[in-house]
Amino acid sequence: MKEGKVGRWLIDQGAQVQPGDELLEIETDKILGSLEASASGVLRRKVATEHSVVPVAGLLGVIADAAVPDPEIDAFIADFQARFVPEEAEREASGPTPETIDIEGQSLCYLRRGEGGQPAVLLHGFGGDFNNWLFNHEVLAAHRAVYALELPGHGGSSKRVGSGTISEFAMAVARFVDALDLPRVHLAGHSMGGAIAIQFALTHPRRTASLTLVASAGLGPDIDGEYIEGFIRASRRNELRPQIEKLFADPKLVSRQMVEDILKYKRLDGVESALRTIANRFFPEGRQAILLRDRLGELSMPVLVIWGSNDRIVTVSHAQGLPQNVMTQILPESGHMVHMEAAAQFNRAVTSFWESGDLSGSS
Amino acid sequence: MGRTLSFQQAINEALAQELARDPRVVLMGEDVAGGSGTDGEMDAWGGPLGVTKGLWSKFGDRVMDTPISESAFIGAAIGAATAGLRPVVELMFVDFMGVCFDQIFNQAAKLRYMFGGKAVSPLVIRTMFGAGLRAAAQHSQCLYPIFTHVPGLKCVVPSTPYDAKGLLVQAIRDDDPVVFFEHKLLYSMQGEVPEDSYTIPFGEANFVREGDDVTIVTLGRMVHVASQAAAELAAEGVECELVDLRTTSPLDEDSVLESVEKTGRLVVLDEASPRCNIATDVSALVGQKAFGSLKAPIRMVSPPHTPVPFSDVLEDLYIPNAGTVAAAVRETAGYKA
Repeated sequence: MKEGKVGRWLIDQGAQVQPGDELLEIETDKILGSLEASASGVLRRKVATEHSVVPVAGLLGVIADAAVPDPEIDAFIADFQARFVPEEAEREASGPTPETIDIEGQSLCYLRRGEGGQPAVLLHGFGGDFNNWLFNHEVLAAHRAVYALELPGHGGSSKRVGSGTISEFAMAVARFVDALDLPRVHLAGHSMGGAIAIQFALTHPRRTASLTLVASAGLGPDIDGEYIEGFIRASRRNELRPQIEKLFADPKLVSRQMVEDILKYKRLDGVESALRTIANRFFPEGRQAILLRDRLGELSMPVLVIWGSNDRIVTVSHAQGLPQNVMTQILPESGHMVHMEAAAQFNRAVTSFWESGDLSGSS
Repeated sequence: MGRTLSFQQAINEALAQELARDPRVVLMGEDVAGGSGTDGEMDAWGGPLGVTKGLWSKFGDRVMDTPISESAFIGAAIGAATAGLRPVVELMFVDFMGVCFDQIFNQAAKLRYMFGGKAVSPLVIRTMFGAGLRAAAQHSQCLYPIFTHVPGLKCVVPSTPYDAKGLLVQAIRDDDPVVFFEHKLLYSMQGEVPEDSYTIPFGEANFVREGDDVTIVTLGRMVHVASQAAAELAAEGVECELVDLRTTSPLDEDSVLESVEKTGRLVVLDEASPRCNIATDVSALVGQKAFGSLKAPIRMVSPPHTPVPFSDVLEDLYIPNAGTVAAAVRETAGYKA
């Protein structure tokens, strides 16, 4: 990502803002998103005009205390623009590069952000990769190391998935945390990654500081089987797009680039058969075969379930009637990719959930 | 981000991976195996520009040198394909293809049809094309329109290292004869290419850039000329949608029409000579199927109808450049009925 296109400003110049308030819409080559305020103060200047293209790390606006005099704001903007070199800023902003480790002949690809703290591991869903956490990873990694792992058969990891059982996937996660010497992690999983996270937590309860399940598989039999089949089969843009649109409450969020990136993955040798093998285990004949709902009660670590109210892949009803030890948060106007579509709310919920877990875990 | 390869390395890797994957794949061509052992050189030259270098030492006899008799070795490749191999045959410059038209047009392209599908000829003919190398009239042509015209042939004109690898792997696995056109000026171009093998389906254009104002349809090296023009025009407030056809046969009509139906304005950029080229073909398509969407006459940007000049100055004038493309787009964007 090199640049983004500014959409509408969502806040007036002169308005008071708090961290997390949505400031403006940004259209990247992946998806439409919004920029949240990172500080509190007054929106003193809108520097970027609507529909303009701004390089990564460019200046969009200025938030400052009401007391800061106008000339000082003007001087700051002039100084920033004079010194700003898009290429250098992009290099700095582009962040860490993906890494790969080989474990018993299986290569696993992951992206780490942040340092220290109680580390966390993110598991994407069926057909996903670490880019699914694009709007979450950096925020979640503010006070800890957060590893976005690519499951076997996915992203840059090797495409061999064995017989594709949930225990093989949970074992791959266990080998990954062993290899990176992470004795105890906050574990978050989306969709199929959620089911794998539950399996890991059941097998390794002491290594799981907390469990975050995002529109998780494994909590009921229903799933949109046509999505699974359509996703596996699609080899062209116009076949894949309608499937990807089902992942969002607002299908307009799906950009051509997002579809193209998924096609790039799907075209790789071995991906189709890997996805087929996995689907036969997890979602045979358009139903979920792995049901772990009744076992959530066995878990001793904190468990948070997050769901989008308009999930068209795995219905939000799966978030209801869960055992007492499970906290639940339903985010409105979001679909299956709730962590992308309601990124700000999602990030706040998970950050505070992990922080409370850090405190109780240390006692 | 991912690993970077040159266009040339991407082609080499596609060949190496398919040779390793499928024992039926063989390579043939002038100097693809020749030159080994000369002047202390252990490896073969790998063709005139070294695209297949390294493959002879890995795959030995499956990388075969041919005499300078195109009709003979193209015919041999077609026969081998019909008998069960999957030959990838290199014919240095597309300009030389004329001597083996019968083999290509009447044999390779027709066998599947003449034998009611009981015979196939899964071969790939790789060939260099395009102007800009100061190689004059007999080594600079863009003859893909001629092959696009012939039913039974598939024509691929990649523009990036990523596309070159994925489209070449697809070409080798395809059961029909494929002519694979490589622009000589693209060989050094760098781009991200996955290490794993992958295929890009034929007939799927690539949207290089999205925009609402004017559609530019193009292919091959001209994709990069159009990109440069589109960047200049964006600074003026004109947003171009840039469609890279990738293959001329099959042709992704849907993507062209989808874009023109949105923008209503079309510029087709083609490095091939202007009569009966891809620009005229795409223009006719849009004229027939999206006439109601057009807000301005279609503009075609192609070289003049003349052989590629040898003079540096004239050759530079001959090849469409970002300036001529931008001028055509401005005219289209500013057209008022």
